[in-house]
Amino acid sequence: MFTVTRSIAARGFSRIAERRIPLVMAASVHTLPSLPYAYDALEPYISQEIMTLHHTKHHQAYVNGLNAAEEKYAKTSDVRERIALQSALKFNGGGHVNHSLFWKNLAPEGPTNQPKGALKEALEKDFGSIESFKKTMNGITAAVQGSGWGWLGYNTALKKLEIVTTPNQDPLISHIPIIGIDIWEHAFYLQYKNVKPDYLNAIWKVINFEEAEKRFQAIDK
Amino acid sequence: MSQTHTLPPLPYAYNALEPYISEEIMTLHHTKHHQAYVNGLNLAESAYITASSPKERIALQAALKFNGGGHINHSLFWRNLAPSPKKGGNGGVLKEGPLKAAIERDFGSVANFQTEMNTTTAAIQGSGWGWLGYNTKTKKLEVVTTANQDPLLTHAPLIGIDIWEHAFYLQYKNVKPDYLKAIWNVINFDEAEKRFVEAAGGSKL
Repeated sequence: MFTVTRSIAARGFSRIAERRIPLVMAASVHTLPSLPYAYDALEPYISQEIMTLHHTKHHQAYVNGLNAAEEKYAKTSDVRERIALQSALKFNGGGHVNHSLFWKNLAPEGPTNQPKGALKEALEKDFGSIESFKKTMNGITAAVQGSGWGWLGYNTALKKLEIVTTPNQDPLISHIPIIGIDIWEHAFYLQYKNVKPDYLNAIWKVINFEEAEKRFQAIDK
Repeated sequence: MSQTHTLPPLPYAYNALEPYISEEIMTLHHTKHHQAYVNGLNLAESAYITASSPKERIALQAALKFNGGGHINHSLFWRNLAPSPKKGGNGGVLKEGPLKAAIERDFGSVANFQTEMNTTTAAIQGSGWGWLGYNTKTKKLEVVTTANQDPLLTHAPLIGIDIWEHAFYLQYKNVKPDYLKAIWNVINFDEAEKRFVEAAGGSKL
């Protein structure tokens, strides 16, 4: 009798084992978010050619890379292998996070490009004036040594807006991202060549301060 | 008194590396990007001399590394490029000799070496350089990379490939592999061999 019970139990266990419960939940498949405007909508400040390549090639590549890295990560429980995957996750994940924020903090020239409300007040308080804020952001972003991003970020500890940069595709973790500016050469070179300051001056015509204000208001201060 | 660094002239015309690297890229790359590193290096060195404390000097290190590295790397780069034979140069031609022998020994074949160099260089996450370097301790050729404008310090640099987007984007856009495939037509293997022979100590290789 014991033997029979054991073999029934054994069959039951083996059936459970066959269901192959994954060690972690399978990663969601990330997708390229659509651009909130047409590819030529940021002209003449950011060209249609740049927007098309930037969105459909560069950002898409980060999405694809992130999905591939997450899939590998889910398939292994080996700590060493997982650590080895971290740079792919950070680079592609950061690229996806950063560009998703970027498209939304850009908008066609119009009323959304003017700071208003609580964000405007905070910018004036922390930088003296809107002009001074833009000048500081441009100076710091242009000085990135290599590829990276310039950010207007909210420092939750000090309750201040600050300009910070991240290298390569590192996401902004130390602050709440309010406005991001891509300073990788692919973001401007076809149109502005080596003249980064011209790009940085132009981009303010298409920065979406409405979105920035939303992000700022959403912070639990 | 620190010497004033100057932009070395290109060893060939701006259009000499066509069709592999366009005249437009060569012109901007040399006269704007490299020139900016030269200017930045001179400024940083001049500030370093007048700095009066270790703290001030340490604060200048990033500017010295970035601009100094940019000047070194690009100076090496122009010389390890050459017009293709169609344009009267020796670009892309790897003759029988100590470098070819070492490449075949350390990579299995020239094709394997190029594949490894291209794959490794394309995989840089951001801006940087791919290098064929000579490891003076192990006496082997290795493919290594440096980030941003960091100069290659761990190996003797033999061939550098600039993978900053300004090096290829106007012509190849996001398609890095096409640039990396094309550039082998204008790599100056004679210069690379000179560097190898010097680094490896000349005589018996």
